[in-house]
Amino acid sequence: MGAALSEPETVLSVNGITKRFGSLVANDAISFSLNKGKVLALLGENGAGKTTLMNIIFGHYMADEGSIEVFGKALRASNPAEAISHGVGMVHQHFTLADNLTVLENITLGTEPLWSVTRDIAAAKAKIQKLAEEFGLKVEPDTQIKDLSVGEKQRVEILKALYRGAKILILDEPTAVLTPQEADQLFATLKDMLAKGLSVIFISHKLGEVMAIADDIAVLRHGKLVANFPVSEASREIIAEKMVGEAVEKPERVKMTAGETLLAIEGVTAQEGGHALLKNISLSLHRHQIIGIAGVSGNGQGALSDLLAGLVTPVKGSVTLKGEGLTRFNPSDMIAHGVGRVPEDRHVEGAVGEFSVEENLILEEYNDSRFSKFGWLNMSSITKHAKGLITAFDIRGAAPDTMIRSLSGGNMQKVILARALENKPDVILANQPTRGLDVGAATFVHEQLFKARARGAGVVLISEDLEELLSLSDKVVVMYHGMCSQPLDADDVTQQQLGLLMSGEGFSEMEASHAA
Amino acid sequence: MQLEPRQHTPLWMTVSAPIIAVTIVLILSGGLIMWAGAPLFESYVALFVGAFGSKFAIAETLVRATPLILTGLAAAVAFRAKLWNIGGEGQLYAGALAVTYFGTGLIELPPYLMIPFLFIVGATAGGLLLLFPALLKTRLKVDEVVTTLLLNFVILLFANYLLFGPWKDPMAMGWPQGAPVLEEGILPNLLAKTRLHAGLIISVVMAVVIWLVMSKTKWGLEIRAVGHNPEAARFAGIPINKTIIRTALISGGLAACAGVTEVAGTKEYLTLDISPGFGYTGIAVAMLAGLNPLGVIVAALFFAGIYNGADSMSRAMDVSNYIADVITAGSLLMVMLAVMLTRMRIRFRA
Repeated sequence: MGAALSEPETVLSVNGITKRFGSLVANDAISFSLNKGKVLALLGENGAGKTTLMNIIFGHYMADEGSIEVFGKALRASNPAEAISHGVGMVHQHFTLADNLTVLENITLGTEPLWSVTRDIAAAKAKIQKLAEEFGLKVEPDTQIKDLSVGEKQRVEILKALYRGAKILILDEPTAVLTPQEADQLFATLKDMLAKGLSVIFISHKLGEVMAIADDIAVLRHGKLVANFPVSEASREIIAEKMVGEAVEKPERVKMTAGETLLAIEGVTAQEGGHALLKNISLSLHRHQIIGIAGVSGNGQGALSDLLAGLVTPVKGSVTLKGEGLTRFNPSDMIAHGVGRVPEDRHVEGAVGEFSVEENLILEEYNDSRFSKFGWLNMSSITKHAKGLITAFDIRGAAPDTMIRSLSGGNMQKVILARALENKPDVILANQPTRGLDVGAATFVHEQLFKARARGAGVVLISEDLEELLSLSDKVVVMYHGMCSQPLDADDVTQQQLGLLMSGEGFSEMEASHAA
Repeated sequence: MQLEPRQHTPLWMTVSAPIIAVTIVLILSGGLIMWAGAPLFESYVALFVGAFGSKFAIAETLVRATPLILTGLAAAVAFRAKLWNIGGEGQLYAGALAVTYFGTGLIELPPYLMIPFLFIVGATAGGLLLLFPALLKTRLKVDEVVTTLLLNFVILLFANYLLFGPWKDPMAMGWPQGAPVLEEGILPNLLAKTRLHAGLIISVVMAVVIWLVMSKTKWGLEIRAVGHNPEAARFAGIPINKTIIRTALISGGLAACAGVTEVAGTKEYLTLDISPGFGYTGIAVAMLAGLNPLGVIVAALFFAGIYNGADSMSRAMDVSNYIADVITAGSLLMVMLAVMLTRMRIRFRA
């Protein structure tokens, strides 16, 4: 044992992996190795090649050049089953669990021969319980997945990999959906697993947690491995610089006095299919103010966003915009009232992927006389409009007629941002505006929001990234089970306090009064 | 074996893919022709001559292409909005019934008014027929595939009832057919001694108009946005239901125009066999054209040529004309496969 510790044993080595898609080199001669009992953090901006690399290791893609060795044996390419049999397990960012099956059924699904008549449920259950105990992954095997919290679902995913004999775990953005407390618990579990000889590849954007958990860091940029060093030799600044390729300057929030009230939500309750999505919430937004909405995903942020986007009509309460009470709730009225909206998912609600950049840019105002007359589109003015915004918002790799689907996430988001902000709206809804964006693009989004705040707009910022939320917002409101906390001063509140609120502390009274 | 997206599709590939696909289908269908005991080369010559080999053959192919262009456009417009209108056949009959009701003596107008009038009442009938499933879809989320498909049988049986009953032409010696369309309503002939009529011009003009509507107007933008991504369309404030209803009226109207050209152009009176499935074939035409309104013209000509050619091949070579269905169905599958391969590449495992 002592010898194993002093002389690190390589469990996974990646040798000169190259992968091309046409003229694009997604992975360019990447080599690194993972040692037993260690955590390798794989960092990189979006499109740097992380996902491609993991898909090659896990056998979804075939590399053009290079080889992968697991425990000294070459991994034949292009076969997830083979990767699993060699002890590689992957926990995807989006869980791959069947909601209506139990934990036990989900874990054993696909591991048993299809035609076997008998199933040894007892043995499987015993094995799962043994694994769960060994690694501190507490879950009840007979619970249905739909009754589990997000953190518990993730534990099931990890157990699933362990059940199949994983010795190397690949975790893709594992903390994206967790509260800080849940993330801490995950890290504790990971430490246990490392102590028992497992090894982990950890993919993340969040530098803070990478510094906390990783032993080694590998940074990808434009498909190349640009840095690979022990975490002890790294600092946040160095890592960020390696990822972006230049030093990044984070925009600072300057103090501003809040002005007149722009938006007042009073006692709003909203329902969908009999479920209350928003329970008696109140919120007011002033000029020169950014209000951050925190909360574990699925606690009503979506409904609040839909309310401001004009997609949900409240059953109770009132929404007042610049002194005018709203009676009709639909997207066109919201736009007409000067609400700029950045939706949560740019691929689903933000953009029509098969449309060109110029078409996406006029999607909210094609009825305007600038863009259409008597039903006919004014193509030249649509193109001119797009050209102006492409320059103003620094949308790269795009001509007006480029299909928006072919843009990178950051540039696609810039198109949506341009559409939402071009008419200088007073109220801005920004739902997860930097999700999945690289540092450079995220910084651009932050600058734009600060700019809008400086000219007198108010911003409702919904984000699951607490670091972002606290650095941008003047006030923070936590949502839990469709309720809103009191606004907290962003300068006085810590991530830990927010975490407690996010897990429901202090909401029980409110919930009881709503039920009554 | 894996599929990976291509970053770039060379032009030669885009151009040659459908040609190669059709060639492969002709080779494969050749097996069936030889199985039927006919000489392969002569059979294909007979097919080509039957489709495009003479003035008469070309005229017949164009006559057949006319309703296919219209039903193809109907499917192309509806499918762009992801409104799955399988009811082209029923809407075609709705148009045919409207022409018979209004065009056989109820109203008399000079030709330059009568013909547009017949198209308008026909298109209105077809639009209204599709309006019903569209309302069920937007209001109650009833699947339009089922409702439009089943309405085909309702309309066809209704036409059956009318032609065997109240609308039966007493001059038709007992045949179940409608009264002839008034002289003023008949589409003018384009080529002496053939059946080619002005319906062809109308359908080609419609294709160009639909192309303009889809690419240059607000309505087109709305239809395409709703079809590609209804969530994004809704978020941007595009009225989804209104767009679907409008699409239904346009699509149903186009399919019904095929009924108008057949009754007022090709046959000059309504029978129960005015359409050998033009409504259904229109779906295949639209798919082959990639839902492009101008492509619909080409695809309809191709389908019409194959069907016409196969008819004369079957007469000359004693091969069943069902071979036409094999060739058109095979072409559709192969062309879709070929189009996919221009966008994706296949990688084989090492």
